[in-house]
This record gives sequence, structure tokens and C-alpha cells, in this order.
Amino acid sequence: MDVQISGPRILLSIPQLGGFVLTESVVTTWIVMLVLVLICRFLTKNLEVRPTRKRQVIAEWMVTSIQGLVKNDMGPRFVETNYVPFIGALFALSAGCSISSVFGAKAPTSDLSTVLGWAVVVFILITYNKIRSGGIGGYLKSFTEPVFVMTPMNLISEVATPLSMTFRHFGNIVSGTVITALIYGGLAALSHGVLGLIPGAVGGFLSQIPLFQFGLPAVLSLYFDFFSSFMQAFIFCTLTMVYVGGAAGD
Amino acid sequence: MDTQTTMILAKAIVAGLSALGAGCGMSGGIGPGIGEGYAVGKAIESMARQPEMRGTLTTTMFMGCAVAETTGIYSLIIALILIFANPLIGYFNF
Repeated sequence: MDVQISGPRILLSIPQLGGFVLTESVVTTWIVMLVLVLICRFLTKNLEVRPTRKRQVIAEWMVTSIQGLVKNDMGPRFVETNYVPFIGALFALSAGCSISSVFGAKAPTSDLSTVLGWAVVVFILITYNKIRSGGIGGYLKSFTEPVFVMTPMNLISEVATPLSMTFRHFGNIVSGTVITALIYGGLAALSHGVLGLIPGAVGGFLSQIPLFQFGLPAVLSLYFDFFSSFMQAFIFCTLTMVYVGGAAGD
Repeated sequence: MDTQTTMILAKAIVAGLSALGAGCGMSGGIGPGIGEGYAVGKAIESMARQPEMRGTLTTTMFMGCAVAETTGIYSLIIALILIFANPLIGYFNF
């Protein structure tokens, strides 16, 4: 049994541009973004004041639920701001990227760089909101609270926020990938061993086909690919809203 | 023993101990397991008491579970690094 976990494949490398590499996860993310844009275009085609089509109802339901999330977690004054489309886009991209593994692609979210990029964006938003609400002096002063000695701890906890968000999302998706790979390998070995017991040429032929891989991985995929994807996207967005809302203050 | 054999032996020891360390490190999954169990149990108690709060409780429970899971995820990352991208083996490549 051979189980290998590696980073994303490098599709294109341009050394002239300072070692620029185009990885599989970037290309998959582009495809996911394209699909999301097409879905948005389709859902919002020919909008009417009184919806008569199903797709407009779906679009309105999506927007309303994101607005509800933002209202609950950040406060009512953020409903009219650009945070609603930002959170919606983050959710859709995260869920879309994780679900792309159903279609055989390597999920971009199982690449640390993808999730770290989102977390850095969130970190910039948090810092921007802190500076905007308390001024640059208040922002710097908040590191020395409650006492001056706590400054190193505060600095670490400031950096730990995006890192823990990254590792949470990355770890959950990667653990799903690892467990699925282990199950596939184990089932192949089991099937080879059990079907090899059948005597004669029939057993020799059947043991080459991993028959036991049929069925069980699909049930696991339902959990790891669908439930876990939406769960992690939801948690990433909720944490973003809580941190940014907390940073923006009252 | 010549140098070659010593190096192979050293690598074998590092690889074996890394695997052991990865296994021991995953005992960090115990804490989040217990904690999430408590959280879900309490959430179910509250749901039984106030079924109309179900939506909010479920959301908050999943949120809490996700945050409690962090330490378990950290140990998973350490275990993955030890098994698939071991930095310690590199010391013996000369």
C-alpha cells in the first residue's frame, strides 16, 4: 500500500519572474471562481420587482441569509456595508474550493497557501478596523494592555489569530483527504487479499479489481466533501465576522 | 561501523522516533474530543429545555466545536509534518 501526501502539482514555472510558479490549486481556484461568476450571472438574469422565476427566489434567499449572518454576528449597522458581499464571496469561494474535490480536482483548500491568503486578507481587515476605530495611537496602546509586560503575549496572540484560522481550515480539509486516501488504500489491500482466496483464474482476475472500494468511500465523501466543506466555510466566515466586528467596536 | 552504515542507522532511528512522536502527538485529539462531547451534550440539554432556540443553539454549538477543535488540528498538523515532510531527516543528508 502506497499513500503519498504531497503539495499541489506545479503546472508552469517562470524563473525570469523571480521564480513564479503556477500551481494546480491556483488553476482550480480560477475555475471555481469562473463557475461562481457564471452561477451569479445565471441567478441574477432578468431581475424583477415581483419575482416570478425560481432562480430569483434562490438568489434573494442567498443574499438574505448572508445579510442575516452579518446582522447577527457583526451588528445591524454592517448590513448596508460592503462586508455582506465580502462574506458571501468568501463563503462561496471556500465552499466551492473544498467541493471541487468531488470532481476529481485536488481541493485548493488543502493547500496551505490558499487558506493563508484568505486569512491574511482577514488579518488586514481586522487591523484596518482596529486602527479606524481607535486611531493609530489607540491601536499601538492596545498591545500594552492590561500591563506593559504583556506586550510580547499580545503580539503573539495578534499573529495567532490568522494562523489558527488558516490551520483550522487547512487541517480539517487535509485530514479528510488523508483519511480518504487511507481508506482507499486499505480497501484495495483488503479486496486483493479476500478475493485472492477464490481459487483458480477467477480469483486471480477478481483480486486485481479493488471491488471493495465501491460504496463505502461514497458515504465518507458525503461527510468529508459536503458537510465538512460547508462547515469549514461557515466557520471561517463566522470567525471573520466576529473578529472584524469586534475590531470595529461600537 | 563505517560512516555509511552509521548514517543509515541514524536515519532509521530518526524516522522511527518521528513516527512514534506523530502517534504520541495525536493524543492531542483526546482533549478536543472530550470538550466537544461536553459542548454537544450541553447543547442537546438546552435544546430539550427550549426547543424553539434550536437554530441559534446549533449554530453556536458548531462554532464552539470548531474553536475547541483547534488544538486537535494543531497536533494533526505536527503529525502530518513528522510523517510526510520530516525536517529532522535532513540533518543526516551529507
